[in-house]
Amino acid sequence: MNGFAALIDRLAYEPRRNGKLALMEAYFRDTPDPERGFALAAMTGSLKFANAKSGLIRALMAERIDPVLFDISYDYVGDLSETVALLWKPRGEAAERIDTPLADIVEALTNMRKLDLPGHLARWLDALDETGRWALLKLITGGLRIGVSARLAKTAVANLGGLEANAVEQVWHGLKPPYLDLFAWVEGRGPMPEANDPAPFRPVMLAHPLEDSEIARLDPSEFVAEWKWDGIRVQAVSGRATNGERVTRLYSRTGEDISTAFPDLVDTIDFDCAIDGELLVMREGRVESFNILQQRLNRKSVSPKLLLEYPAHIRAYDIIADGGEADVRTLPFEERRQRLGALLETHPRARIDLSPLVPFESFEDLQALRASPSGEDSEAIEGCMLKRRDSPYVPGRPKGFWFKWKRDPLIVDCVLMYGQRGHGKRSSFYSDFTFGVWRAKAGSNEEELVPVGKAYFGFTDEELIELDRYVRKAAGQRFGPVKEVALGRTADGRPVGLVLEIAFEGLQRSTRHKSGVAMRFPRISRIRWDKPADEADRIDALERLLSPTLLEPAEADP
Amino acid sequence: MFSMAMRPTDILKITPQGLYCAPGDFYVDPIRPVPRALITHGHADHARAGHGKVLATQETLAIMAARYGENFAGETQAANLRERMTIGDTAVSFHPAGHVFGSAQIAIEAGGTRIVASGDYKRAPDPTCLPFEVVPCDVFITEATFGLPVFRFGDTRDEIAKLLASLKLFPDRAHLVGAYSLGKAQRVVALIREAGYDRTIYMHGAMERLMTFYIERGMALGPLQKVAAAERGKLAGEIILCPPSALKDLWSRHFPDPVAAFASGWMRTKARARQKGIELPLVISDHADWTGLCQTITETGAGEIWVTHGQEDALVHWCQTQGLKAKPLHMIGYGDEGDVSEVEETLGHGLAGEAAA
Ligand SMILES: [Zn+2]
Ligand SMILES: [Zn+2]
Repeated sequence: MNGFAALIDRLAYEPRRNGKLALMEAYFRDTPDPERGFALAAMTGSLKFANAKSGLIRALMAERIDPVLFDISYDYVGDLSETVALLWKPRGEAAERIDTPLADIVEALTNMRKLDLPGHLARWLDALDETGRWALLKLITGGLRIGVSARLAKTAVANLGGLEANAVEQVWHGLKPPYLDLFAWVEGRGPMPEANDPAPFRPVMLAHPLEDSEIARLDPSEFVAEWKWDGIRVQAVSGRATNGERVTRLYSRTGEDISTAFPDLVDTIDFDCAIDGELLVMREGRVESFNILQQRLNRKSVSPKLLLEYPAHIRAYDIIADGGEADVRTLPFEERRQRLGALLETHPRARIDLSPLVPFESFEDLQALRASPSGEDSEAIEGCMLKRRDSPYVPGRPKGFWFKWKRDPLIVDCVLMYGQRGHGKRSSFYSDFTFGVWRAKAGSNEEELVPVGKAYFGFTDEELIELDRYVRKAAGQRFGPVKEVALGRTADGRPVGLVLEIAFEGLQRSTRHKSGVAMRFPRISRIRWDKPADEADRIDALERLLSPTLLEPAEADP
Repeated sequence: MFSMAMRPTDILKITPQGLYCAPGDFYVDPIRPVPRALITHGHADHARAGHGKVLATQETLAIMAARYGENFAGETQAANLRERMTIGDTAVSFHPAGHVFGSAQIAIEAGGTRIVASGDYKRAPDPTCLPFEVVPCDVFITEATFGLPVFRFGDTRDEIAKLLASLKLFPDRAHLVGAYSLGKAQRVVALIREAGYDRTIYMHGAMERLMTFYIERGMALGPLQKVAAAERGKLAGEIILCPPSALKDLWSRHFPDPVAAFASGWMRTKARARQKGIELPLVISDHADWTGLCQTITETGAGEIWVTHGQEDALVHWCQTQGLKAKPLHMIGYGDEGDVSEVEETLGHGLAGEAAA
């Protein structure tokens, strides 16, 4: 357990993908079966047992420490598992403390009676080191956050044998902890496990953003267009297991199994298929905005009320497997679309429909359509997708087949207020920027800035260096990683500051923000070194955007 | 003649300048210039320039001279360890504190009462300074930088092993180790050498002066080299020591894919390490941990404990559960390790002489 604990502890401190992979690979290489298999299960969310309550842990601790000292410590550390891990003084001889394997802990947690837990837990804690204690407490309370996705953990396993992550993904659903057959296979000691998953995930095909310069080189007749829906990309797969049972799963774009969050969709997909589409919330035949979908996504438990209020829907746009015919990915897009249409005609379901094509002659036509999509669902349209008629379904982001052409974003001029140091590679730069707009200061006729958002991208590396330098040089206080950018004044009293042109996708009322509004997806589209700070926008400009009749994209400054 | 023992508060009291001893007319580690100062050790929050007379160990005086220049005080006097000196109506003696090179506790006796001001101290072994010696006393003034039971420090060898394991795992990345330039940096180098690592260890320019100071006094630190600006890009797989603040500086950007490590007792809690953006926390402290504090308080036999800079509440509570009289001394001007470093860096670069609050 100590080795696994040390791994997840270090993973939490490691920001880079390659660093995480190196750590996991070293662990899987150096750790024997079945320990590494249970670690993999913990990392992929495949461990299942009833969680312990934090009250139990507090009670155990109370037997060993003065309650006042415990409270002061907990107050300082701020996390129960960590506090207990640090405070716990092992009893018994050091020599008797044998690190309990994760395998034994999982086995015991799965089978033991609730009554036996405190005794076992105390013994385990006595035998573990601090990081081990911390990880164990997090694990049994269900609070263990692993700094990697299931997909990345599988990639590390694949790397052991120089395999692609997809190869592991293909066989994954037929496997069970501690994955002895999987490790045997990747290490070349055993055969490939049978890929008998009736509803496997297949890596998705992604689009490139369409650059203005590219448009001239494309022939519109070679492409079809669809709306780009503002939901979440999903893959819905259903098939029959060898025992005849139907298995239906819903996957996210990255292959995470999200079925449990959408029982309403899973129930409705009762025919063999592998559909690529957009998950949306649809009410009374109308697609709701992303904000509404978000409200469903934010809920932890899926209650009947939630299902009723936020009915999920799939707008299908591609097909990867068609009925019994395993793989249609090599067929041209147009043919796949015909098959998709036919499939949905044979199996009409209220919660699934076909994403319509948008007819167009020229890219100018399309641009006009894109700028102001009409119809009921226009609010859920982010732009449009261009797909080559003959494009196969190629996992990853192949060049030249699919393009996304987003609607012009909303634009507002703001003033830089705070810089914050970033993470990982950017940790030595002020790379997260909080910006504000002007509003009248209460009880005076002066203007003050009110923060409206924070952006950490949209700029080039060179611009980042300039922004970083600006923040460093600016007057203003420091609060840990945050540096205030205080406004200066010119001789005639005009404010001196840096204007940032902020592009964003949408705006929402928010009681959590001082300004009363929250931006969706804000980014710095231009740094306006030239623009005086007092010519930045006022809060009224944003408030106007909240009114539904004015949801047209704002014009960028010429 | 009948004489009543003096009350401890008649011997030492808090003033805006720091702890003042009226019967001897001197201050201990004053934070502002005073006519006569007794100084426990060379860290910048304890040892400041500009006093009239300074009494401290030979080593502490040398550190002050190295940092502030030869004329850091009007007059200096070296205190020999364990030797009683008479100052006014008091008898004063200096005893090893185990904190950094030259660090001492100061024992003050007057009217039959002995108070020991520990300055900063630790009980863990440190190859760069003399070990702590217990001085029996009536009142013990203890620091409490890490005065919470969550601060129990393990074997420093395990921390160094973490660093060396990371070097092996990431041979393409420069390993920047933040460490305070007086004491901690030299101790970290000595520990790395003890672990058998014999390659050149690189260091930030701001560390050179104090590193040389230790080497001149006979510390075996192995091959050390100041990092040249042009060289930074070539130091993949090497250890580079730097002041903690440099981890976040423009300076650190020029190393190949740096791993930020930090040697400090604060690294014991995950939140603190993450907040500082540290990827490789190394729990190595020059202060006593909770066990060390409690052990020391007991061993001095003192019936009254004054607790100063740090987490006073928990330690005062613990003393009371042990039947000891205890109170926090709310003195300002003494920083935890973090603040010390800022003062150090400021002074080390010869910039503003402003001390940390
Ligand atoms: Zn100190
Ligand atoms: Zn101190």
